[in-house]
Amino acid sequence: MEITTLHYLVVAAALFIIGVIGVITRRNVVIILMSIELILNAVNLNLVAFSRLYGLHGQVFSVFVITDAAAEAAVGLGILIAFFRNKETVNVDEVDLLKW
Amino acid sequence: MTLLATTLMPLLAAFVDDGMKPVGTPYFFYLLSGMAIVSAILVITRRNPVHSALMLIVTLLSLAGLYLMLYAPFVAGVQIIVYAGGIMVLFLFVIMLVNLERNQREYQFNKAWPIGIAATAALAVLIGLVYMRGHSVFPRTTVALPEQDNTQQIGIWLYQNYMLPFEIASILLLVAIIGAVVMAKKRI
Repeated sequence: MEITTLHYLVVAAALFIIGVIGVITRRNVVIILMSIELILNAVNLNLVAFSRLYGLHGQVFSVFVITDAAAEAAVGLGILIAFFRNKETVNVDEVDLLKW
Repeated sequence: MTLLATTLMPLLAAFVDDGMKPVGTPYFFYLLSGMAIVSAILVITRRNPVHSALMLIVTLLSLAGLYLMLYAPFVAGVQIIVYAGGIMVLFLFVIMLVNLERNQREYQFNKAWPIGIAATAALAVLIGLVYMRGHSVFPRTTVALPEQDNTQQIGIWLYQNYMLPFEIASILLLVAIIGAVVMAKKRI
């Protein structure tokens, strides 16, 4: 039995769904950021799997996605530290200053 | 004895392949993807964020193995060095800074589970559509990717075809550095 591109796409879709569930249902901001990393990794797996079909573009672009993930993690964790300093919690339910 | 031989022979035949063909590919694929998915589920269900971070490292390493199976050794190396080495250290540091005993005793999931179920159902329908229609959409043939000079080819692509996105990515990283410092600093 041969492993085709479709197998990789299904794995990536499963990782994407798991990441979306984590973003929607968890309360801890750190774990929400980790779920976003899961989603970005699913996208990366898709890109690399498609680069097997269409040439090196996908691998080059996955390097850019990793760069974005690093930037996003740095800024998100900085915001988290600032928020924790003000409210002594990491629950997103309690981030309601802008809620009317 | 013969029963053992008849069960073992197909397994061995898969691993002892001739020529330059990769051996045992399905077994490694299912092992790595199973590890990735199971540890991803553990990431979003653990109560302790440190356990989640360690499980996320397992996911990242199995994805690096999948990249190696897809003839992308450079992306696999970047995945291990940047993700499992850099970003996860950042996560673990922040977990050490903000980890609270009180927080772990609280309920870990919010009340958005109907939205979660709806999103899961929608995305599962998407997977089903991809799985049913994908055979005719995607080409069956694979291109011959450069295996010996993969890193060199990616470097040439980055500096020739993708020059502008490369520079934009560097500006993005600069903005992220400044933004992270401004956010996390107590008084500027």
